[in-house]
Amino acid sequence: MTTLTPSKEILPPPSERFTVLGWMKKNLFGSIGDTILTLVSGAFLVWMFYNLIVWIFAKAQWAVVTDNLQLFMKGQYPAFADWRLWLLIWLLAVISGMGWGIFVKRAEMVGWVLLAVPVVLAIWVYSLGRTSWWILLMVDVIAVVSYFLGKRYPHRLARLTYLLMLLYMPLVILVVRGFGEDGFMKYVPTNLWGGLLLSLMLAIFAIFFSFPIGVLLALGRQSKLPALKTLSVLYIELIRGVPLITLLFMGQLMLPLFLPDVSIDRVIRAVVAMIMFAAAYMAENVRGGLQSIPRGQYEAADAIGLSGFQKMVFIILPQALRAVIPVLVGQFIGLFKDTSLVYLVGLLDLLGIARGVLANPNYIGRQLEVFAFIALIYWVFSYGMSYASRRLESSLGVGER
Amino acid sequence: MTFKKSDHAAVPFWRDERYLQIIVQVIVVAAVAVAGYWLVRNLLTGLEDLGIPLSFRFLGIEAQFDIGETLIDYSRTSTYARALLVGILNTIKVSFLGIIFATIFGVIVGIARLSKNWLVSTIAAIYVEALRNIPLLVLLVFLSITVFQKLPLVKNALTLWGWAFLTNRGIYIVWPQPAGGWDVYKWFLLGSFIIGLIVAIVKYREGQRTGRMPLYWLWGFVVFTGLAAVAWLILQLVAEPPLYLDFPSLQGRNFKGGKSLTPEFMALFTGLVIYTSAFIAEVVRAGIQAVSKGQREAATALGLTGFQTMRLVIFPQAMRVIIPPLTSQYLNLTKNSSLAIAVGYPDLFAVGSTIINQAGRSVEIILIMMGVYLTFSLLTSLFMNWYNKHTRLVER
Repeated sequence: MTTLTPSKEILPPPSERFTVLGWMKKNLFGSIGDTILTLVSGAFLVWMFYNLIVWIFAKAQWAVVTDNLQLFMKGQYPAFADWRLWLLIWLLAVISGMGWGIFVKRAEMVGWVLLAVPVVLAIWVYSLGRTSWWILLMVDVIAVVSYFLGKRYPHRLARLTYLLMLLYMPLVILVVRGFGEDGFMKYVPTNLWGGLLLSLMLAIFAIFFSFPIGVLLALGRQSKLPALKTLSVLYIELIRGVPLITLLFMGQLMLPLFLPDVSIDRVIRAVVAMIMFAAAYMAENVRGGLQSIPRGQYEAADAIGLSGFQKMVFIILPQALRAVIPVLVGQFIGLFKDTSLVYLVGLLDLLGIARGVLANPNYIGRQLEVFAFIALIYWVFSYGMSYASRRLESSLGVGER
Repeated sequence: MTFKKSDHAAVPFWRDERYLQIIVQVIVVAAVAVAGYWLVRNLLTGLEDLGIPLSFRFLGIEAQFDIGETLIDYSRTSTYARALLVGILNTIKVSFLGIIFATIFGVIVGIARLSKNWLVSTIAAIYVEALRNIPLLVLLVFLSITVFQKLPLVKNALTLWGWAFLTNRGIYIVWPQPAGGWDVYKWFLLGSFIIGLIVAIVKYREGQRTGRMPLYWLWGFVVFTGLAAVAWLILQLVAEPPLYLDFPSLQGRNFKGGKSLTPEFMALFTGLVIYTSAFIAEVVRAGIQAVSKGQREAATALGLTGFQTMRLVIFPQAMRVIIPPLTSQYLNLTKNSSLAIAVGYPDLFAVGSTIINQAGRSVEIILIMMGVYLTFSLLTSLFMNWYNKHTRLVER
């Protein structure tokens, strides 16, 4: 009698083993067409990277960048106030370090990359013979110390970190600008701001001041009161329908006519235009957050007897704003890129400085170097912010519940 | 506990929500009106003091400046209004062409990012991430001063087998020109177009009746091109061809013939296309990925081929996700075309700012420019809303 004994236990399906050859066969040489595609695009990539590297290390003359580094970074911002900028960078290191220690807790790729940036910059600055290399290295030291502090005392420091995060933007505005005629925090007029500093400050101004306006407009648009709703919709659609450059021109040419009794310098005019612009987009983003709140939340707030104001401030807005944090980071990146438009109204932001440097007869024909440099700065900031925020979102679960 | 009617009546009017709502609205509207009135009055008196009171009469004055490229007749003696019209048409031209090419490139890159070939998807990812994170203005200025102004002089023009010439004065490409047979041929063309349209409609009706939709647009297209080609052949044999290819050639100090594209237009156009295509690629990728895997598997289980799966199952569903963000990309491209001033292309904004500098009419020009851009935005979103409604998922 033959017995069909289930002697062999049922095996799980064979799992695919990872081998380099197997991976290549699957992802690069799956079929004849695939192979051709791989070879062509591979050749293209190799050719491109070869030329790029030859250009960076052999052909390009980087003196135009290194000679004008200060100009690119901060324009005419006076040297006596440099320490204020460094202080702000250190403070950012404290916030990031503590935040990382408290909320993420483990070392991650993106953290190492962020730590590597100051080191690379420090080496570069040292090789140029500048003294600011140690200030850059201190950024990492401070960040690491704050990381361990945050990890050690997460509960005690969480509140402080939140506070610093909230206060950072107004603090930046206050410290960069300064106050008083004399003393260590002497006022630096806005027409001296330039380069990367100006680009960043414009974005920070715009996002910070457009936030409350945007929230109000979003609430107005969601409101049941027809007059408020109409006004909000009109404002939002009007601003979103026209290019930023027309608003910037309007700010430069019409703002002095609108407000004849106050003297407004050119940077502030640009800032006002950027705020007007950002507020409309902010309103739409916040509206997205408001619409994502389920009706049950409104009804529950009504049921426990909160007033309309309390309902918004304590129940709806905190959840709605939390949900749109990723979108707001995206908007901040977009605004940072859009600040380059102020070059067209004659301000010396990063792009304006680049054009100014290229107009110098000593640097004729150095367009590629200058543009590669400023494009890299824009790219590193934008990509860095979006990458870091994506990673933080996934580890914090921001934007999802 | 009982409520009496008098309890409700006891609520004073300043706590009655109905009154409050009205009061709040009246206050807000009044505040906006007062602020608006104050600002506008400041503006008007300011303009009076400057000696240029708000008026649009200046539009009838001679412009007295040249515009590099125009789609309609324009000269220094034309009016400001005509100059603005030239600018508007140039904006429409670059936006229209930009939208078409950005869509083509964007779809290709978006699909390449989803390619199973690792190298192809990596190149597409590098393209997208590199372009999305730099400002468009930097890209435009870069293209203008390092590429299109750095092309060789006319006498050393780069050539692509004689079909196109690249010089720092512009790009010259071969272009069809109407010849003797064109007058007859255009009626043939119209006729074959109508016949193609009829065939497409008949096939579409047939598809609706039988429930098996043929590729009706392909039918129409094939009939149209077939008839047009036959007509061409006949004309070529019995008379002369309707069109001939006009090759650009060096005559004197410049190229003549063909179609010429200015470096300014090329810088703006290329910049807009490659920048926007990176965003469109992301939109397309997100749209295709939004179609659930089950749909593809179900289509395979039904025995559809790969192409059929894409055309009948994936694509129609992806379109619903793609259309709204695609609309805003098109609008962005149109608005971004206002950066033309940085590369010297005479679009609406560049012409407008020339007039501002020349005539000092800043307020009027800014109002006109905003009005035109708003109209573009509204028209595009109206059309896209209509289209969106058309393809929307019918929920039961």
